[in-house]
Amino acid sequence: MPTAGETAFDIQNLNCWYGDRQALFNISLSIPDRRITALIGPSGCGKSTFIRCLNRINDLIAGCRVEGQVLYKKENLYAPGIEAISIRYRIGMVFQKPNPFPKSIYDNIAYGPLIWGVKRGPQLDAIVEESLKKAAIWDEVKDKLQQNAQALSGGQQQRLCIARALAVEPEALLLDEPCSALDPIATAKIEELLLALKKTYTIVIVTHNMQQAARVSDVTGFFLLGELVEFGETGQIFTNPKDRRTEDYITGRFG
Amino acid sequence: MSLQTAALERVIVRRRYADRLFRICAVLMLLIAIGTLATLLVDVFMAGAGRLSWQFVSSFPSRKPEQAGALSAIVGTLYMMTLTALFAFPIGVASAIYLEEYARRTWYARVIEVNIANLAGVPSIIYGLLGLELFVRAMRFDRSLLSGSLTMALLVLPIIIISSREALRSVPGSLREGSYALGASRWQTIWHQVLPLAFPGILTGSILAFSRAIGEASPLITIGALTYIAFLPDSLLSPFTALPIQIFNWVSRPQAGFHVNAAAAILVLLVILLLMNAAAVYLRQRYQKRLSF
Ligand SMILES: Nc1ncnc2c1ncn2[C@@H]1O[C@H](COP(=O)(O)OP(=O)(O)O)[C@@H](O)[C@H]1O
Ligand SMILES: [Mg+2]
Repeated sequence: MPTAGETAFDIQNLNCWYGDRQALFNISLSIPDRRITALIGPSGCGKSTFIRCLNRINDLIAGCRVEGQVLYKKENLYAPGIEAISIRYRIGMVFQKPNPFPKSIYDNIAYGPLIWGVKRGPQLDAIVEESLKKAAIWDEVKDKLQQNAQALSGGQQQRLCIARALAVEPEALLLDEPCSALDPIATAKIEELLLALKKTYTIVIVTHNMQQAARVSDVTGFFLLGELVEFGETGQIFTNPKDRRTEDYITGRFG
Repeated sequence: MSLQTAALERVIVRRRYADRLFRICAVLMLLIAIGTLATLLVDVFMAGAGRLSWQFVSSFPSRKPEQAGALSAIVGTLYMMTLTALFAFPIGVASAIYLEEYARRTWYARVIEVNIANLAGVPSIIYGLLGLELFVRAMRFDRSLLSGSLTMALLVLPIIIISSREALRSVPGSLREGSYALGASRWQTIWHQVLPLAFPGILTGSILAFSRAIGEASPLITIGALTYIAFLPDSLLSPFTALPIQIFNWVSRPQAGFHVNAAAAILVLLVILLLMNAAAVYLRQRYQKRLSF
């Protein structure tokens, strides 16, 4: 296993189109292992498009085309013969709107392990418990594992979705604006959780909340109109941005 | 200030009138629709209820109206609908899954789509002609239960495909993404996430389609299903009759006694239809309870 901070994702000249419309232009950056990388920028600038290239979930969108290289641990995710399924097994994802399955809390977490071959029984019970603990939601749900997950509050649902992603033991976690539908308390809980998780997982988080990026991330990338304007240590981006546009954005002059 | 309030009040009052007017119109329309239906039902009921008896549902047709019964027609209808469902439901749902989840949005996928929509509007007698040529003659199934069921299956297939696609499409994309993000394959996602959610809708649409088919006489008449059957079908290739044909036959006889029989048979058909719709409602409720909170 590489040491923390080494390159996990190495992205070279990534371009992405929806039909004829180009959404990403020549993105190159490297995302460090077991660190939190934040992606900021105004809406529509391509943050989601970018993060969805990292686990090839964009493959599912008709008309979406990707060019360039995405290396994960030196392996090209877009090389012919690579199964998108196995990529998504190693690289989990959490979405903007919490999307628990309309099943019980237990079955939500168990779904991933089940489709990857774990049988129902004590081993699965242990995975469910451990995942819920890692996502800091075990204490709230341990007495109602058979209840429908959609009855949980938004913040709990989102932590459940994180637990669901962790249940297949991924190496990296992609989060696309995971807190945008949550209140400040739920947001604080998720941030705390991410800081704990980064010891084990490479985390990439899209956020439109700059305070959040400053609070949790180690490195930050600023996107604008499909281009990566600036990428560097979070401290440097927020105190001493090199690009004028970055400075304008973080000081709130546009966005 | 007070002027504004007065103006506001006038607007509110006017809206309230508009609201009430609309409601009265809507209720009137509803009464017309229900009234027509009720008149029909009462008419049939008055004519046929007296004839309904154990003798009627357990006897074979006869030349004497008071001895005739609808047994072969009832059993024929039940057999035929069961077979129709067995043929049409799996094929229809599988086609819908293919078109909705697998087929790429190419020009020929669109051609297929438009054609299915058109097929749903084709008069049922045309399906009868197709069944006559294909099943009765080309495949030599003769005027059998099998020919009738296959013809009916063709008739309901487009409706099942369309309503199943509708149900599949209503499953939110965010759930599919949630499944794919865990590394699920397309089929796993469909089987574990999409189908359970779409199932109540698929079921309702399909049962409605079968309800339509159960009252169809013309395709069966076209393939030459017999009207006088004094035995029960004992194999797929047996000749058979069904309620709509029996009704059609009785109505076209001159004797008044047969008209009463027709009304009674209509009541039997209505009861079967009601039972099917009740089953649809029950199944939908049951599955929805399990799937939502
Ligand atoms: N499924 C899609 N089909 C077509 N265009 C899309 C799709 N998703 C995003 N886009 C376009 O790509 C651009 C980038 O969108 P997105 O990556 O969602 O931005 P962000 O997440 O930064 O708000 C936008 O102009 C958006 O309209
Ligand atoms: Mg976005």
